[in-house]
Parts: sequence; structure tokens; C-alpha cells
Amino acid sequence: MDLIVREVSHRYGELRALEAVSLAVRAGETLALIGPSGCGKSTLLGIMGGLLQPSEGEVLTSGPLPEGCLNPFTYIFQDFALLPWRTVEGNVSLALEHHGLGAGERAERVASALALCGLAEFAHAFPKQLSGGMRQRVGIARAIVVRPALLFLDEPLSALDAQTRELLMEDLLAIWARERTTSIYVTHNLQEAVRLADRICVLSRRPGRVKEIVGVEVPREERANAEHARALAELQSRLWDLIRDEAAVADREMQNA
Amino acid sequence: MPETRPVPFRGGGFNPAGWRWASWIAFAAIIAAWQLSSSSGLLPALFMPSPLAVLEALARLVETGALTRHLAASLQRIALGWAVGTLGGLAIGTAMGIFAVARSIGLPVTSALFPIPKIALLPLLILWFGIGEPSKVATIALGVLFPTIISTYTAIDGVPRNLIRMGQSFGLPAAMIVWKILLPGALPGILSGFRISSSIALILVVAAEMIGAEHGIGAFILAAGNLMQTDQLVAGVVLLSLLGLAVSFGLSRLERWLLRWR
Repeated sequence: MDLIVREVSHRYGELRALEAVSLAVRAGETLALIGPSGCGKSTLLGIMGGLLQPSEGEVLTSGPLPEGCLNPFTYIFQDFALLPWRTVEGNVSLALEHHGLGAGERAERVASALALCGLAEFAHAFPKQLSGGMRQRVGIARAIVVRPALLFLDEPLSALDAQTRELLMEDLLAIWARERTTSIYVTHNLQEAVRLADRICVLSRRPGRVKEIVGVEVPREERANAEHARALAELQSRLWDLIRDEAAVADREMQNA
Repeated sequence: MPETRPVPFRGGGFNPAGWRWASWIAFAAIIAAWQLSSSSGLLPALFMPSPLAVLEALARLVETGALTRHLAASLQRIALGWAVGTLGGLAIGTAMGIFAVARSIGLPVTSALFPIPKIALLPLLILWFGIGEPSKVATIALGVLFPTIISTYTAIDGVPRNLIRMGQSFGLPAAMIVWKILLPGALPGILSGFRISSSIALILVVAAEMIGAEHGIGAFILAAGNLMQTDQLVAGVVLLSLLGLAVSFGLSRLERWLLRWR
């Protein structure tokens, strides 16, 4: 399913967070949203998935829903947003319980999502018993169990350490290779963006505008190969050049100013 | 080789881990000292009975069946009053945790009524409901109601908003968000509110029974005092302590079971 953002602006009171953002996400691609801190990346993501009402502009979709899709606009959160009183299985099943599936079908879908994320043996564990990486895997399983048309990832790996992040990136790539879910990936980590995205949308500092949209030419499955390391590093430094000055200014800005 | 000195250790402490037998030894020591002062005549028996005398008084209460009668009367009032007050408090507190209107009305009303010592309302409640059970139960219910309201809505406020957004992002209907996210998330706060409300119920039952009741631990203690039967009086007080301990033990068990995910 395609997602079209048309002239979206957003204000928090006096503070202008986004200004006239227009962009299109094509079915099956992964678009990364990057920009200096406070540029409204997460706000834009919230608006795209219908969790925030934009002050101006509209977000449209076109194209058919994937088969068996229960929740077209699905999020993966930075802080995982797991219910601590539910087991891994219970957290994943939460997303299905109000859809009136039979108990058998529900259990089947949960089990296959858990297996896909390598969580099968943790089905009965509580979130507090899991590492950060495993917790986010639960978040991922909960998202893919509803077969989303659009997957919104809000800095999904930012709360994790570098090694875990590396492992989860591989997991995400494997899942995308299988499911071909259209994804929007917010991150401040340029390396993540370059590794995971088909296209990278660079936002300016507050109020966020689309500064540039950069395509990543190297095919996703080959990006780990050594021969592309240089091209990817160059792309990463080009992205850094794009946001560096603005990030410096944003860093010196007073909160609430 | 230059002179070496060990780095001085400055950590440790501030970790009062329980020492299992300390409490039992302390209890035994206090009771032994009490018994010794009584036996040696230091404590006049009329004003402070010895632990043995209290034990005998308790045994007599059990024999005559008076214990069951008084305990049953008090427990019934507590159970009814606490249940009514708790259900009302949960309902009002939940509404205040969710709806702006309920909060704007409920907050000032609760703030105005919460500080009233509810026993002061007993005479009025007696006028309304008569001297019998309903006025006592109503006093306890009112006493339990307001702290439960407060603990419930603060507990709901404390549920992380990101969990609610998560529920919305998966399309959970509002009722399901309340039932599956808000209420379980508020449960720890609600349960610690139960500790406060149950001790209030215990205070109020005794006070209400002292004002006008035939049976009940409060009435029993008052009657014993009037007759200068201090052994019975202290036996009644010991009973209250045991009752409080039992309630708190039960609540701890409930917490451990309901909050095993923590």
C-alpha cells in the first residue's frame, strides 16, 4: 500500500514542529526519516499512522490491503510499549484479541509470529525477564502478527546497545525480505538508515521540512558485503554533511524557546 | 618500589536486609519483660494485666463463645462496609481517571469530603438509618470510599501513556484499553490503597461499635473498661492487633499473586 503525505504542517501551541511536508512512500519500500533531534520526525510518524491529528494537510493511502491484514497502520515503539503483566505470548496476542478470531487461529498466528522472531521458547516469560533485544523482538512479533500494510518504526533500536542493535537489524532485514511490508523507519542513527532503507528522507531542523530524499543504490541484501563498504560510508558522510550544521544549531537551542 | 596503601573501602551499609529471628526474639523479650514486671508486682494487675492473665481471658472468651460472637459481628461490618466503599471508590476513581467531567466534579468534592473524620458522621447516619447495622456499615463504607477514589485515580494517572497509545495504534476499542491496559496497570496502586482503606475500616468499626453496639470487638472493649476488667480489655486489644496482622498478611499474599509479573 502506498502512503502519500500532502502538505502536512503541525504546531504544538506556538511551536511549529513541521512545515508543509510532502512525500510519498511506495508499496514495498523502506523509507528512513532522519534529521537533527527535535525536527519533528516522531511527530511526522505519528501523523502518518493516524495517532496524531496534523494542524494542516492530509495523509492518504492508495492500493489494496495485503491479504489477512488486521491492522493496516502498525507501530514498533522505541520503548517497546509491552504490557509488563502479560507474558510474551499475551503481549503478542493483545493485538489480535479484539478481532474475533477463533482461539485456534489466534494461537496459530501468535505461535508463527513468535517463531519468526526467535521467541518460541520465551512464550511464557514476562517482559522483565527478557533482555532489551528480546523485548523489542516481542514488539516486532506483535507488529507482524497483524500483517500490517504499513509498518511505522519509531527509533526501534535506540534503546539497545550497539551489539544488540546489529543483531536486530539483521532480523529486521530478514523479516522484510520475507514479508515485503512497506515501512517507515525513524532514526537518528545514520548507519541504521544506510543499512536498512531503500530511500532516506532528510528533514531540516525545527520546523521540519523535507530537505532532500536520497536513494540507496546498493541492494539491501548486499550491503553487508565488504565491496560496498566504501560507497555506503560515503553516503553516510553525505547525509551527515546535510544535517551536521542544523544538528549543531538544534543542539544549542534552548528547550521551549 | 614506591610505598603502597590500600584504597579505603567506603561502600556498603544502607541495606537493611531482614534478619529472620530478630522479630521473634524481640517479641519474646518484650512479653517476658512485661510478664516479669507483672509477677514481681511492679505493674499493678488492676491497671495492666500480665500476659498470662490476658491469655487466660482470651481462653475464657473462646470457651464461652463470646469471641466468635464479637469477632463475627465486627468482621461482618468490616466486610460489608469495605466492599461497598471499595466498589464505589473503584468505580468513581476509574471514572475520574478517564473522563475530564468526572475529574472536574470529583476532585473538589473528594478534597472537601476526604478530610472529614467519618466517625463524626455516625450520629447523622444513625438518624438516617437507625441505630442498627446500616449506620455502622455506612460509616465504614464512607471512610473507605474516599481513599479508594484517590488511590484509584492516581494509579490510573500513573499508567504510562505510551501503553495507551500502543493500544490505540493496534485499534483496541476504548473499553478494551480500560480493561486490558488501564486497570491492570493501575492494580499495584489500587492494591496499596487497599492497605490504607482496610486499616481505616478497622479503626472505624471499633469507633462505631463503641458509640452504639451490643456485639463487636469495640463494644466488648468498652464494656470491659466500664467494668474495670482490664484483662478482657487488653485481650480485646490483642485481638485487634491479630486482626490487623491477618488482613495485612492476606493483602501481601494477594499482591504477591496478582503482581507476580513485577
